[in-house]
Amino acid sequence: MAIDKRVGSAAEAVADIGEGAVVMISGFGGAGFANSLVLALRDRKVGGLTLVVNSATHPLSQTHTLIEAGLVRKVICSAARGRGADLSPFELLYKAGKIELTVLPQGTFADSIRAGGAGIPAYYTPAAYGTGLGEGKETRRFNGRDYVLEEAITADVAFVRGDIADRFGNLTFRHAQKNFGPAMATAAKLTIAEVRVAQSEPIAPDRIELPGVFVNRVVTA
Amino acid sequence: MTPLNRQQIAWRVGQDFENGMLVNLGLGMPVNCSDYIREGREVVIQSENGVIGAGPLASPNAADSDLVDAGSRKITIAPGGTVIDSAWSFAMIRGGHIDVTVLGAFEVAANGDLANWDNRIPDKGPLVGGAMDLAAAAKEVWVMMDHTTRKGAPRLLGACTLPLTAPSCVTRIYTDLAVIWRDAEGFLVKEIVAGLSREDLQSRTGAPLRFAPDCGVLAAPDIAEKD
Repeated sequence: MAIDKRVGSAAEAVADIGEGAVVMISGFGGAGFANSLVLALRDRKVGGLTLVVNSATHPLSQTHTLIEAGLVRKVICSAARGRGADLSPFELLYKAGKIELTVLPQGTFADSIRAGGAGIPAYYTPAAYGTGLGEGKETRRFNGRDYVLEEAITADVAFVRGDIADRFGNLTFRHAQKNFGPAMATAAKLTIAEVRVAQSEPIAPDRIELPGVFVNRVVTA
Repeated sequence: MTPLNRQQIAWRVGQDFENGMLVNLGLGMPVNCSDYIREGREVVIQSENGVIGAGPLASPNAADSDLVDAGSRKITIAPGGTVIDSAWSFAMIRGGHIDVTVLGAFEVAANGDLANWDNRIPDKGPLVGGAMDLAAAAKEVWVMMDHTTRKGAPRLLGACTLPLTAPSCVTRIYTDLAVIWRDAEGFLVKEIVAGLSREDLQSRTGAPLRFAPDCGVLAAPDIAEKD
């Protein structure tokens, strides 16, 4: 039987995500948010989720709908500050002690996901050394410079936004929508891509930016 | 004495970008520095979200919601530019490939400590973004900021009072009153606005200043402040 990773709808694509899942969500700077998959997951109403997402508060991301719906137990991110003086859904729950937070330098967030996808359990980085975010972390000096030990991040599922997919799950991205998508796709047991176009015809080999071996399901959105 | 406005500070920073530099500009005021690169110099602007060779803001009819910078601004790509993923973008940052990052700051200490990510607003969530990565790993960290707080308290200090972004990283500070280099001995003033005495500048600074033998006048063309 031919390989075909395309599924009919976002709801179908997320139908087996369960209670307590660790979910990675791509998107940064206004581009590459896998919002259709996020909304489909919200509609499933499974709780106790851990989100691995760059920002818990970006206004163009639908991440906040999962948080508002009370489905999120913990967020791992580099940004959790809503715009303006008013408190965002995340900040309201965080203030009330109803949601856990791990905040990481964005490069550590990216590298921990990359490490998670590459079978590297932990690594040293200079970012956050000597700061509040480095407190309590193991440190080590290499060649006269101090580093903190950071652990890899992996997930049960990753939601990735791409531009074109083929039936093999190969992906292209438009401009800045790439951001965390390729790394997240390597670090999750199940990767679901939402794309503008899901075609049967294979994408030309040199145009593929993320090989389909890292993508399990594709949905048009 | 006429302090520089923020656009003029950005202009002054922009004059110091050399041809061929790879530069990352922080959110807020620093992104304006790319408007003031000297004629005849090509500078590659990197944005943390993976845009390498970020160009000017897109005109409204050419704006593309997939082509944004780390501050969610709809931009263009300069000739020779491209877009890479976040892991590669931060390999570029954390691997020490960025020549200069220009960041805003709340406080800078004489030993180069930088505090620019957490000003302790009650109940607001933390936002670190790429600040710690840039501060820890760029070859040079240039800060642009007002010399004092709105209440007149110094921001250049003997030791930071706010949470650090990275220790001992700042190499230059561009303020509305002065251009200051930071070296192993502390702050070295390179330029000072006309009409402000060295004693007055020192009185607005929380750590000892040294004045370079060639200390000059900090001046900028008339540029209106933007929103």
